[in-house]
Amino acid sequence: MTVIPAAAGPGNSTAPAQPARRRRNRDQWTAIAVILPSILATAIFVYGFIGWTLRVSLSNWTGLMPDYSFAGLRQYLDLARDPRFAIDIRNTAIFTVLFLTSCLVIGLFLAILLDQRLRGENIFRSLFLFPMAVSFIVTGVAWRWLMNSATGTRISGLNLLFHQLGLDPLINNWHLTDPPWGIAFIALPAVWQMSGFTMALYLGGLRAISDDLREAARVDGASEFQIYRYVLLPLLRPITLSVMIILGHISLKIFDLIVAISQNNIALDVPSVYMWRTTFDGNNYGKGAAIGILMLVTVAVLIVPYLVYSMRSEAEL
Amino acid sequence: MKPGAARRATRPVLYLLLIGMAVFYLLPIYVLLITGLKSFAEVDLQRMWDLPTGIHFENFASAYEKLAPHLWNSLRLVIPAALISSMVGSVNGYVFAKWKFRYSNLIFTLLLFGMFIPYQAVIIPLVQFMERLGLRGSISGLVLVHVIYGIAITTLIFRNYYAGVPTEVLEAGRMDGAGFWGLYRYVVFPLSIPAFVVVLIWQFTQAYNDFLFAVVLTGNRTWPVTVALNNLAGSQIVQWNVQMAGALLTALPTLLVYIFLGRYFVRGLMAGALKG
Repeated sequence: MTVIPAAAGPGNSTAPAQPARRRRNRDQWTAIAVILPSILATAIFVYGFIGWTLRVSLSNWTGLMPDYSFAGLRQYLDLARDPRFAIDIRNTAIFTVLFLTSCLVIGLFLAILLDQRLRGENIFRSLFLFPMAVSFIVTGVAWRWLMNSATGTRISGLNLLFHQLGLDPLINNWHLTDPPWGIAFIALPAVWQMSGFTMALYLGGLRAISDDLREAARVDGASEFQIYRYVLLPLLRPITLSVMIILGHISLKIFDLIVAISQNNIALDVPSVYMWRTTFDGNNYGKGAAIGILMLVTVAVLIVPYLVYSMRSEAEL
Repeated sequence: MKPGAARRATRPVLYLLLIGMAVFYLLPIYVLLITGLKSFAEVDLQRMWDLPTGIHFENFASAYEKLAPHLWNSLRLVIPAALISSMVGSVNGYVFAKWKFRYSNLIFTLLLFGMFIPYQAVIIPLVQFMERLGLRGSISGLVLVHVIYGIAITTLIFRNYYAGVPTEVLEAGRMDGAGFWGLYRYVVFPLSIPAFVVVLIWQFTQAYNDFLFAVVLTGNRTWPVTVALNNLAGSQIVQWNVQMAGALLTALPTLLVYIFLGRYFVRGLMAGALKG
């Protein structure tokens, strides 16, 4: 009987708090348990499989049966001497440079156009962006026929259109142009598909800039051109960085579009296609794995600093 | 009002530029459409740009006949993949936004890396693994793959969305005695419809448009439509006009989603593109 009032003193405040804290602790463990399957899946399907691929790339595995006998860097050294892989790297480089610069220039151009508060802005924005929703395979099929290089009486596609419009000097061989420039034309459908995305990001950026800033520049006597050049564009730099990273990694991995357009034409080969063909058609698993790892390293060089940077800047918040 | 006048003078030029660019973006769809609507008799590569004389559905019928089973495969793949992905992403995002723990930011960043990897770096083990589980060649196996490789992006979108939910709202729920699931069920989930729409559309589009996973993990009976279309396009027997009609049919589901839910689609793009 006397115990109760004694405990009621200071214990009163901690008694309800104790279970609440315990409850919160339990909830915290629930939270960790909830994401555990995702962490495990990522650990296995991303990191585990990368490790496994690395192991395959260091093996002699050719043929249908797995063979993990250690081959050291043989597969990588073979690739270094492989003329087809040299073509792949050259093609990726040409494609990436053209694809990135065109998307940036066209995207920015369209964003500035749409930033002029014209009527029908929404319609135009949707028109520029819809190719994003379409599969690269669909894009490839459509553009393969548009970029038909037949001549004379069999002329068709864009060449035919140029001819009908009296623009004959524009007629060309498209992706069947002599190597290494054929791949440059495959950047065209890729730009068709992704430049609207760049536009959307730039436009979002322009709209996020306060109108006061433009007004202030106008009061100072700056022309519209100067406002863009000296006030707005410098503020868009972080977006340019994001676009370069997003499109850059898409470009380094480009696969379906090439498959759909090139239809096995070696002159238009890229690492992802080579990897797929050599692994699943040729059963050269060791070589395929080595290409996969090299692709990963290239993409990681681009992505990891970005991820680390965004993690750090978030920790500061 | 001099700048106003100058602006009015440049307007037509701006519209002209916009229309010119719009033509570029519409050109391929225009060709797919007019080719699809021609009769077999008037199909001719050398008259590609001529308008059809009437409206015919022969090309679409022929393409549909070849692609129909694969279109269904795609839907059977995409709907569960999008639904499961969004559920997983939602609870994950809830944890990473509102139940941070030691190293949770590091773990989140490690998860995100999965979003960017070239799948060529994991596909050999993936095929072996799915084979061993008896899931290679099945649509459910492909659903699993899309859910797993979708963890990163879906978690990211939901986490960013939930980061905007004030902590006070959750505290209030806690005072009323709600725990982890109670807060999710009664506070967080009802607020997340917009994020769900974004993630559902995103995953729908991703899984539908995928080619690489599909081509190595499914067989000719379970091919989704992208693989079937690519084979159609590579075939010497199938006419180009049927290929084009097939391309338009294949594009239709995602195009419809884009037309009706475009706003959310764009928001999803932004979320995926710009972390934070």
